[in-house]
Amino acid sequence: MLRMVKRTDMTSNKASLIRVLSILFALITAGLFIAIMGHNPIKVYSAMFMGAFGSTFRIKDTLIIAIPLILTSVGIMIAFKMKFWNIGGEGQILMGAFFASFIALNFDTLPKPLLLLMMFIAGFIGGGLWALLPAFLKVKFDTNETIITLMLNYIAIKWITYLQYGPWKDPKSMGFPKIANFSDAAILPKVFGIHMGWIITLVIVVIVSVMMKYSKKGYEISVVGESMDTAKYSGINVNRVILGALFVSGGICGIVGMIEASAVNQTLSASLSAGYGFTAIITTWLSALNAAVIIPVSILFAAMIKGGSFIQTAFQIPQAAANILQSIILFFVIGSEFFVQYKLVLKSSKKEGSV
Amino acid sequence: MQEEVFVQMNDICKTFGSVRANYNINFSVNKGEIHALLGENGAGKSTLMNMLSGIYKPDSGSIFIHGKEVKFNSPKDAINQKIGMIHQHYKLVEVQSAKANIILGQAGSLFVNEKKISSEIKAISTNYGIPIDPDKKVYNMSIGEKQSVEILKVLYQGADILIMDEPTAVLTPQETEKLFKIIRNMAKEGCAVIIITHKLHEVMAISDRVTVLHKGTTVATVKTKASSPKELTDLMVGKSVNLSIQRPQVKRGNAALKVADLMAYDQDKVKVLDGVSFDLFEGEILGVAGVVGSGQKELCEAIAGLYTVESGSIIYNDENILGLSPRAIIKRGITMSFIPEDRLGMGLVASMDMVDNYLLKAHHNQKGVFLKRKPIMTKCEHMIDQLEIKTPGVHHPIKQLSGGNIQKVLIGREIETNPHVLITAYAVRGLDIGASHTIYDLINDQKQKGVAILFIGEDLDVLLELCDRIMVLCDGRITGIVKSDTVTKEDLGLMMAGEAISC
Repeated sequence: MLRMVKRTDMTSNKASLIRVLSILFALITAGLFIAIMGHNPIKVYSAMFMGAFGSTFRIKDTLIIAIPLILTSVGIMIAFKMKFWNIGGEGQILMGAFFASFIALNFDTLPKPLLLLMMFIAGFIGGGLWALLPAFLKVKFDTNETIITLMLNYIAIKWITYLQYGPWKDPKSMGFPKIANFSDAAILPKVFGIHMGWIITLVIVVIVSVMMKYSKKGYEISVVGESMDTAKYSGINVNRVILGALFVSGGICGIVGMIEASAVNQTLSASLSAGYGFTAIITTWLSALNAAVIIPVSILFAAMIKGGSFIQTAFQIPQAAANILQSIILFFVIGSEFFVQYKLVLKSSKKEGSV
Repeated sequence: MQEEVFVQMNDICKTFGSVRANYNINFSVNKGEIHALLGENGAGKSTLMNMLSGIYKPDSGSIFIHGKEVKFNSPKDAINQKIGMIHQHYKLVEVQSAKANIILGQAGSLFVNEKKISSEIKAISTNYGIPIDPDKKVYNMSIGEKQSVEILKVLYQGADILIMDEPTAVLTPQETEKLFKIIRNMAKEGCAVIIITHKLHEVMAISDRVTVLHKGTTVATVKTKASSPKELTDLMVGKSVNLSIQRPQVKRGNAALKVADLMAYDQDKVKVLDGVSFDLFEGEILGVAGVVGSGQKELCEAIAGLYTVESGSIIYNDENILGLSPRAIIKRGITMSFIPEDRLGMGLVASMDMVDNYLLKAHHNQKGVFLKRKPIMTKCEHMIDQLEIKTPGVHHPIKQLSGGNIQKVLIGREIETNPHVLITAYAVRGLDIGASHTIYDLINDQKQKGVAILFIGEDLDVLLELCDRIMVLCDGRITGIVKSDTVTKEDLGLMMAGEAISC
């Protein structure tokens, strides 16, 4: 019989080893799955890698996926630090994009820097307000934020779809349900071949890391996350901290929406969030809520997304199968946390106590 | 006459990581004996008893039960060897009856023969003189009754070796007396009883022998009759200590806090504070006595601005502070160090280090956006020196410190803020004598500085020695405010049970 025993002797080196091993085991398991489908696992893996990093063009593509992932992860990390389970990244991205698009479509005669700045601020406010809603409900009525943030995602998606099919439909699109493309002034310029969203992302990552670690507000967020009672006892205004943190958390997701609308889609569409809000939950969690670790983890996930779509065309592996690969890796990595905390001990079935 | 040895533990060693919790400990208990296990926090008492009850496995050494060597893999193995442990915090299912709790976890047939079980329980309870109603629901029981259920539970399991972890911590003096009678009955019936306790007078009153542990090793096993509280303390602390608590005479100042007609209800609309009125003066320690849950927590929280009060007033400096935010109250110089049952729940953040815990209140007064940790670090280091806090460093997570050290950090932090009114609740809960005296000294220092102190306590002896006046709460009502010079422990016990006494 197997028995769980809590580990007391875990060193950080050992923990890292377990995590690395878990990825290795995941690759082996997924390899079996690929073999069953009749492909050579090693070939598929190397193709995946090449698909993500094989050329400058592909690296750029991977990074373009990584940028929103990193930024969304950093955004929801702030809420997660507070143990406020914000899984409404999708909705906050879309509402940020909506606010930014409103500026882009209505003030396109403004000079480019001013227009982009206004879009940036609008994106932040849009995402922030959308996250403020569940925070307010939590503070006022102690609602479950997981459910509320999740449901708000779908409201946001449907809202954008409505705009796309109704009031904001581009009259020049010949009846196709599409919002008008942004003018040149509303599109983020490229720096070193990639849209300048990467600079915004790096700056925000640095600011958030510093604020969480060294600022009073960041400290209060951690205290609220660790113990609501302690926070109240020490005179922290818990409600204000929750509202403030969620506004920033959602605001950063809103900036993702602004970047994606401006630089990638160059318009607003309901599919613009592309699941980043959900994938970011995983990357944030795997990074142990550490902003610096979010960057490599997000790039890894972006590579998996990019490589996964590459092997679809290269090996005719259906997309569902590529998703299974991702899921297996996830399952192992998350499952490995169990072995960081516990070890399994074999227990003989006869009662040793009576020996 | 050769005594029958029930428990024999030889050369027990146990290390956790780099901490040597037990080192070559020898310990034995005879049939019919009441054996007290004494030691400071971190001396290794709990570790030793957890090995005896099958929760931990020793690294080396051997355990003999009833003369046979045993190796426990789980608490179940220990129960099979007739060892029962009664924990400090009762592990009962509140909505179930005493009977259901007693048979819980027993191997049995699919159907329960209620009548047979009831008669079995009755038999045990009359045998040991433990009064019980098997069909009473646990949530209707007093603390003492709950403890009886716990005791009956292990006796029903057939235990003849009982380990009791701080059994008197939450009892009134009268309840303690009843418990001692039960313990003596159990010993008379041939059980071996091991009591873990900090209270020396209880050791003297009940035990036959005492084993003293110090820093993970056995210091001595002595016959209680041949020893004295002074000798036991010296053995326990490892040096000579003065047992009496000082009560410096300080001229009483103005009333710092005037509480009048405080009424409060809990979520279920049950009255938790019922017309509480008292004055708290500068330079005095006002003790608050009462059975756990008599309104102490609500009173503290009401003063600190954390509990919503129905009516009444709390006047501080001619201002009613009722309704102010906790932060505003802290700013006015009223500070509270409340130590709840789990110690870490309210005053401190377990996973953070000392500096960050110090910052909990201090950061409100720092200017600017960023935290200033540097000056706090020096303050913390100063605090470590002054209060003799044992920690690897200021950046060590609080949760890894021992209970006593955690409490020192908490009280130290409150005192550092130079409060005008200091509220401490259960400041020495679970602390050993050495650490408790450090805390008493700290509180006395504050008193001499003219601070008004509300001291919520559990140990009546301590309250009588340390406090100038004692206020007794029962079911949220004040049953008396008395001078500690003129009141007896028995009177306090009666007031705690709800009888108003005029002194």
